[in-house]
Amino acid sequence: MKNIFLFIRRYFTFLSFLLLQVFAIVLLTRSSKTHEAFFSDATSELTGKLNERYSNLRSYFSLSETNRQLAEENNRLRNLLASNHIAPDSTTINYTDTTYRDSTGRYRKFTWLPAKVIGNTVTLQTNFLTLERGSNQGVKKGMAVIGPEGIVGVVVETSANISKVMSLLHRNSRVSAMLKKDNNAGSIEWDGSDPSILTLRNVSKSAKVVKGDTVVTSNYSANFPSNLMVGTVASIVADPSSNFYTLKIKTATNFFSIQYVYLVENVRFAEQVQIENTPLTNQ
Amino acid sequence: MSSLVKNIVRFTLFIFLQVFILNEVPPLHRFIVPYVYFLYILWLPFNMNRVLLMVIAFIFGLTLDSFTGTLGLHAAPCVLIAFIRPFMLSILLPQETIEQSYSEPGSRSMGWAPYSLYVGLLTFIHHFYLVLIEWLQFGDFLYFLGKVLGTTAISLLMIFLAELLFLRKGKYRTNAA
Repeated sequence: MKNIFLFIRRYFTFLSFLLLQVFAIVLLTRSSKTHEAFFSDATSELTGKLNERYSNLRSYFSLSETNRQLAEENNRLRNLLASNHIAPDSTTINYTDTTYRDSTGRYRKFTWLPAKVIGNTVTLQTNFLTLERGSNQGVKKGMAVIGPEGIVGVVVETSANISKVMSLLHRNSRVSAMLKKDNNAGSIEWDGSDPSILTLRNVSKSAKVVKGDTVVTSNYSANFPSNLMVGTVASIVADPSSNFYTLKIKTATNFFSIQYVYLVENVRFAEQVQIENTPLTNQ
Repeated sequence: MSSLVKNIVRFTLFIFLQVFILNEVPPLHRFIVPYVYFLYILWLPFNMNRVLLMVIAFIFGLTLDSFTGTLGLHAAPCVLIAFIRPFMLSILLPQETIEQSYSEPGSRSMGWAPYSLYVGLLTFIHHFYLVLIEWLQFGDFLYFLGKVLGTTAISLLMIFLAELLFLRKGKYRTNAA
């Protein structure tokens, strides 16, 4: 017994070394299996807190990278939104199915196509609308655009699935219109100031126009069907130097909130425009 | 600053340096992790009880392990170098006088050549043992040796830089102190 104690005392350093080594190795083999559960929660709580602080601090250095990733993810998720997947309006089949010559022997002159407004400006001097419907869905240049309350504009450009519409609120917009009461025709323009007020020029002074009269599209337009609502007379200016009135028209269409419109195609549009633009010969 | 306070501060600083800076360094190479934390054990005072030295080394290694989540992995090599350290010192410092006149190992107290040998050998032993118990096999022996030598080289470079940057004033112990 005494010898054992002497042995331990003599090799105490080496024995404690072996003990610590064995302890460390046991810890290592245990921890690789049970890892967290083995050691008391206190240590992991302390180191966890320190690690959290440190990663809080370090997160500032990667902010720009994180922002880029988030922006990319947002972009990716937004592209998955249902509202981004709109089926093109292919309802044209409803209209073209009916033959030009219907059973009562009359010719079809206008075909109507619905379209969703996806872009609209009212504040510029030259305002345009963008429609979610293009040449693949039957939109052609020159088609009339009509809203639920009144006329809106004329198609000026089409791509495969999108078309661009020159709004009535455009300096170069000209639409033939007439007073509903007595069919006195004039030209609808816009002076570029108030988006809810149009100008109707060249109405004969012989017309008995009063405030509140309805103005509709005339029969003379190549692209607009006749008798569609344009607006109501808001004020009457008699130009003393000419025989014409200049009428301020309150628009029927609210250009601030257009959601859906109809595109109207005159089947004989090309023919009519061609014959109108042919210079006369043999005169 | 008393030796105890100084070593407690060093303990914390070495752990934080290793955990929050060096372990975060993107791998220089597939097998190099820069280690300097064990320098704490090499810098402990001369006149320390050998068992106490090993216990401190064990606690130190275990603290690092609790951060990295591998309990015992760093504790075992720390205990090993703490065990070998007194033998190395007694071989490298034949004169009794140095141990009495300086408090802890350093280039000033030991001289550059013995100190470099002391640090170099213990670093190699530490890494050798660390990689061995990390893999628990030699595997491809050349790869193993490459990892040990590469890590040792990086560690020695950093220890050398540390010695140059933080010139420890080897405190000369007088009878008065």
